[in-house]
Amino acid sequence: MMTTVLGYNIGPMLAQGVLGLINGAFYALLSLGLAVIFGLLNIINFAHGALYMIGAFVAWAFLNYLGIGYWPALVIVPILVGGFGMLLERVFISKLYKLDHLYGLLLTFGLALIFEGLVRNYYGSSGMPFAVPESLRGATRLGFMIMPTYRAWVVVASFVVCISTWLIIEKTPIGATLRAATENPAMVQAFGVNVPRLVTLTYGAGVALAAFAGVMAAPVYSVNPSMGSNVIIVVFAVVVIGGMGSILGSILTGFGLGLVEGFTKYLYPQGSGVVIFVLMVIVLLLRPSGLFGKAA
Amino acid sequence: MKISRRGLLGTAAAVSTLPMASARAQSKLPVFKIGVLNDQSGPYRDTGGVTSVICTQQAVDEFASQMKGYNVQVVAADHQNKPDLGASIARQWFDQDGVDMITDVPNSGVALAVSAVAKEKNKVHVNSGAASSDITGLQCSPNTVHWTYDTWMLAQSTGGATVKAGGDSWYFITADYAFGHKLESDTTALVKAAHGKVTGSSSYPFPGTTDFSSFLVQAQSSGAKVLGLANAGGDTINSIKQAKEFGLTMNIAALLMFITDVNALGLDVAGGLHLTESFYWDLNEGTRAFTNRVKAKTPDNWPNMAHAGCYAGSLHFMKAINHIGPVAAKASGRAIVDAMKALPTEDDCFGKGSVRADGRGMFKSYLFEVKKPSESKMKWDYYKIVQTTPPEQAWRPLNEGGCPFIKA
Repeated sequence: MMTTVLGYNIGPMLAQGVLGLINGAFYALLSLGLAVIFGLLNIINFAHGALYMIGAFVAWAFLNYLGIGYWPALVIVPILVGGFGMLLERVFISKLYKLDHLYGLLLTFGLALIFEGLVRNYYGSSGMPFAVPESLRGATRLGFMIMPTYRAWVVVASFVVCISTWLIIEKTPIGATLRAATENPAMVQAFGVNVPRLVTLTYGAGVALAAFAGVMAAPVYSVNPSMGSNVIIVVFAVVVIGGMGSILGSILTGFGLGLVEGFTKYLYPQGSGVVIFVLMVIVLLLRPSGLFGKAA
Repeated sequence: MKISRRGLLGTAAAVSTLPMASARAQSKLPVFKIGVLNDQSGPYRDTGGVTSVICTQQAVDEFASQMKGYNVQVVAADHQNKPDLGASIARQWFDQDGVDMITDVPNSGVALAVSAVAKEKNKVHVNSGAASSDITGLQCSPNTVHWTYDTWMLAQSTGGATVKAGGDSWYFITADYAFGHKLESDTTALVKAAHGKVTGSSSYPFPGTTDFSSFLVQAQSSGAKVLGLANAGGDTINSIKQAKEFGLTMNIAALLMFITDVNALGLDVAGGLHLTESFYWDLNEGTRAFTNRVKAKTPDNWPNMAHAGCYAGSLHFMKAINHIGPVAAKASGRAIVDAMKALPTEDDCFGKGSVRADGRGMFKSYLFEVKKPSESKMKWDYYKIVQTTPPEQAWRPLNEGGCPFIKA
């Protein structure tokens, strides 16, 4: 006899919780990048999903055209795609800082459609296979479920990256300058800090986080042009629930909503697509600035 | 498909100047238009998409010398998997653009909508890409032919073989829309008829689900022997990939899978799976000859059964026009479909066959096993034939479909 709670077996519930955490790891990584970009630059970066897809895609291209494997890609791809992000920021996004948020949203949404369309046009919609790296193959029996080694790695790696990002922004001098620059750019500029360059670097870092998530996702999902648009709306909901621009909020909400979604998949699978949005509505009604956001 | 801008401009310029003389000479002949309506930008782009347009054009080009007193043009549009958009394109094509027949139309939701419009306008719908067996069942139409495959045939072939091999308890992972539910219920009926049981199922939101691990773990803990995947395209690919990852010990029955999906999965993951198609490029002389004629035009995406169905269905459509003459054919889509049912079919892709009174194309279906990487000699060399089902057993019996205009 299995242990039961409220009439449900505890084993499957535990398994769903662990699986939810794995998805939560991706939500956290992606919403973190969005929160950094929004919190520090006030840009609603709709291209985030497409940049995540590009991260996965570049990792695939490295492996297939250049023979560069997963581990080097995990470092090189975020740097490259982050650099590409900086180029986008300089050429397009920087022109919009003085305008309403909506312009940034429309521009990045358009960019996302273009990137997705280009990849689809040249590589098709079925996606490309990407094998799990040799050293992370296999699985561990946990009693109530089988835990693939790679998924465990995803949770650990994403947790470490999230916490480091939070520490950098909240606890280091660079982070302090960055936060100051968003509060009052003119003042920080007067202290001799090159604020536009700081902003470009920040956007690049946010994009690099998306690309990192993309490389992490490549072996789990097929590398597919629509992988970004599938996840971006959920990630936006995570950011809204966590509180726009709250770094810690987006990390905790990312993992938390992964859990909620996981349990819903067990209790009522048809509802797993909407549960996050139902929560979003409730949070917006009760706490409009989000769970961790400061009231405006 | 790669198209260079220069090449495109050059072709456009050449097309606009060259055929003037011949166009004038033929201007008196009536023109029949075939519209290829499918997903050109979304999840079903590779299983339909541009390759369907190429295969339809191939049929027209090959048949050109046999057209008796008419010409045929091919047009194409993207329905984006939206039934309302598909229906409005169909209306515009029939009403304003002079389209006579719409082909391909993957996505059962869109297919049923287009089928209704074709009936209303008395035009022709030759479906190749959609799966629901309702197209020739409860929602059949005297203006619709369903060419390539359907959920009943998939359940019968893949499901039947799995049950026969001892897979008597099933758990389904189902895409939560018309197609997924039809595929699940057709397979469930078959499993129950063989005294098997279904231990449960998870219907997941479509589209937008990428992580199936939760459903896979539930399937595993249900104790069923077989995991039935009532989904398609990228969802099937992700389900199978993740099943491997989670060390699923169940036997996987991928109820709808195309060779394009196998190509995307890779043989190291897909090897050993069983699946059903009614066409494979390496079946016989005819299929190889057809593939040789088109593969240069679609080198990265060789034809699957849905693409081949666009070719063969269009060919048969033109034979029917020849049979009743262009005047009668222009007057009534239903007359064309009646002729398509009266004439036997024969083409390189599906061999000899027929179209039944309810519009069901009657061809052989093939159960394939996907080759292991070591068995495959080249890219696209993916299948071994396990079993061939003759047409009379492959499809749902005429009197069981519930098609209103068929008298039982």
